[in-house]
Amino acid sequence: MLAIDVKDLRKQFNVQKNREGLSGALKDLFKREYTEVTAVKDISFQIPQGEICGYIGENGAGKSTTIKMLTGILVPTAGDLRVNGYVPYKDREKFVAEIGVVFGQRSQLWWDIGVIESFQLLRKVYRVSEADFRKRLNNLIERLDLGDLLNRPVRKLSLGQRMRCELVASLLHNPSILFLDEPTIGLDIIVKTEIREFLKDLNREEGTTILLTTHDLQDIEALCSRVIMLDDGRIIYDGGLEDLKNRWSKGREIHFEFSTQTKLATLQALTGDLDVTWKMDNDLTATMWLPHAINVSDALSKVVGGAAIQDIKIVETNTDEIVREIYRSGSASTESEQQAALKETTVS
Amino acid sequence: MMGAYLDFIRIRFITMLAYRVNYYSGIVIYAINIGAYYFLWKAIFGEQQELAGFTVAQMTTYVAVSWMARAFYFNNLDREIANDIRDGSVATQMTRPYSYLLVKMMQGFGEGLFRLLLFMIPGMIIVCLIFPVTLPTDPMTWMIYLVMLLFSFLINSQINILTGLFAFFVENNEGMMRMKRVMVDLFSGVVVPIAFFPGWLAEIMKWLPFQAITYLPSSVFTGRTPGSEIAGVFGLQVVWFVVLLVPIWFTWRAARKRLFVQGG
Repeated sequence: MLAIDVKDLRKQFNVQKNREGLSGALKDLFKREYTEVTAVKDISFQIPQGEICGYIGENGAGKSTTIKMLTGILVPTAGDLRVNGYVPYKDREKFVAEIGVVFGQRSQLWWDIGVIESFQLLRKVYRVSEADFRKRLNNLIERLDLGDLLNRPVRKLSLGQRMRCELVASLLHNPSILFLDEPTIGLDIIVKTEIREFLKDLNREEGTTILLTTHDLQDIEALCSRVIMLDDGRIIYDGGLEDLKNRWSKGREIHFEFSTQTKLATLQALTGDLDVTWKMDNDLTATMWLPHAINVSDALSKVVGGAAIQDIKIVETNTDEIVREIYRSGSASTESEQQAALKETTVS
Repeated sequence: MMGAYLDFIRIRFITMLAYRVNYYSGIVIYAINIGAYYFLWKAIFGEQQELAGFTVAQMTTYVAVSWMARAFYFNNLDREIANDIRDGSVATQMTRPYSYLLVKMMQGFGEGLFRLLLFMIPGMIIVCLIFPVTLPTDPMTWMIYLVMLLFSFLINSQINILTGLFAFFVENNEGMMRMKRVMVDLFSGVVVPIAFFPGWLAEIMKWLPFQAITYLPSSVFTGRTPGSEIAGVFGLQVVWFVVLLVPIWFTWRAARKRLFVQGG
């Protein structure tokens, strides 16, 4: 069964235009002008149960808007949308009882009361039996190491502590789908790792479907079998992370450390017949960039003969760079190119 | 589920209790207000025994009771809702299996209960000691008044909710919230009983919900409303409560379509 089924989903907003200057402000007073902004442009995708899917894109690409439609907060302008078999905005109260939502940027816990009181309140809101609640809470507390935080008010928690509590709060009713909107934003590396591990276990043990948006691609690398990439309201990539890398990374870098001073010209001369580019980092180290078409051994053999190499390091282009490149080209390229790119990736 | 709604009352009550020191000054401010109006009305009455059907004693009681009732029904639901909408936290509320507006109402009621027990009752005792207030002796009147007071709270909160929801439609509804506050205080009869309004205005007031907040219950409590009319007056409150549900429902529905969460 599909956890999420989205077809031609669209969301338009009317954004107030503020005209300039005093006369503009006066005009605005009597007749407002609105610009129509399409945040999500007819996207379609399907997520089967038990999948962890990353939803990425630049700021303003429409990620949060999509999540908000999927969780029943926003009413779509057009298109079909089914999550867990429900149309989210229609049967909101019934639907949200079976999902969990965490917005990294805002707290869903009650600011003034103790963490445990928030949990108790949620237990009643979601109508979880006392026995189930105890069992799940104890399990979650142990997993996320919350024991000593329970009696503190939420406003006195650090961001990392709060985030772990938010996760617990979103899972107390054992939801079958978990939506996470930037769950690791602003967290230190230890908490990030802890949360990633936790989510992985959760998915494995409970079969929870997870859809997360993030700007931290390490989240994606650690968790997701699948990535959906959004640009300007459209899906520009939908597939595995490895495919994404293979498709978009054009080459790799080899870092050389030489034992004697080596000139850029010498190096360029050595690899003259290959399509590689050199960059000197300083007198003793240089970086060679070579496309996938060229074998590493071919390139290395040329250099080995002409320079005294102390050390070599081969570096794959990392995901951050790839994605940065896609964002840049994605927003610059025309629509048809994006469509073509999409087709190609889905074929591979 | 009802348990959860009751919990919202309890938790708001406890939270208010934590900030109770803020309220001690409130009692003093209300006592001063009541005192000011008492002396003002005494000056207005002068030698006269009765004005617009009020005796001095009735007026004193009316002023004290009305202000203390205000201590109970007053809340900032409009501001809370407007803030939730502006900072986008209304979005997280929508991911919960409850009615957002009903939760707000419950929180308002928790606040109301707190104000009743720690503000209205002690305030009333203080005021009764200082000013010549005469309270009714018939327990039935007290009972009826308490029920009417509950409806004062409901109707006032409904108006607050409506005002707050306008934040969905305008960028800043601060002005509207201030206007609402002044209108409620003036037209509900806290500042001046509606019997003193010029004829045409009093006539208009009969068609607006404000009188149901203060004027009607206080009139019953001070014995100005004859026993035979009490049922009708109470019925009017109930009617307003039901009628006000309609615009709230429509506004909420329209708002859900328009909802634009900040920080897209």
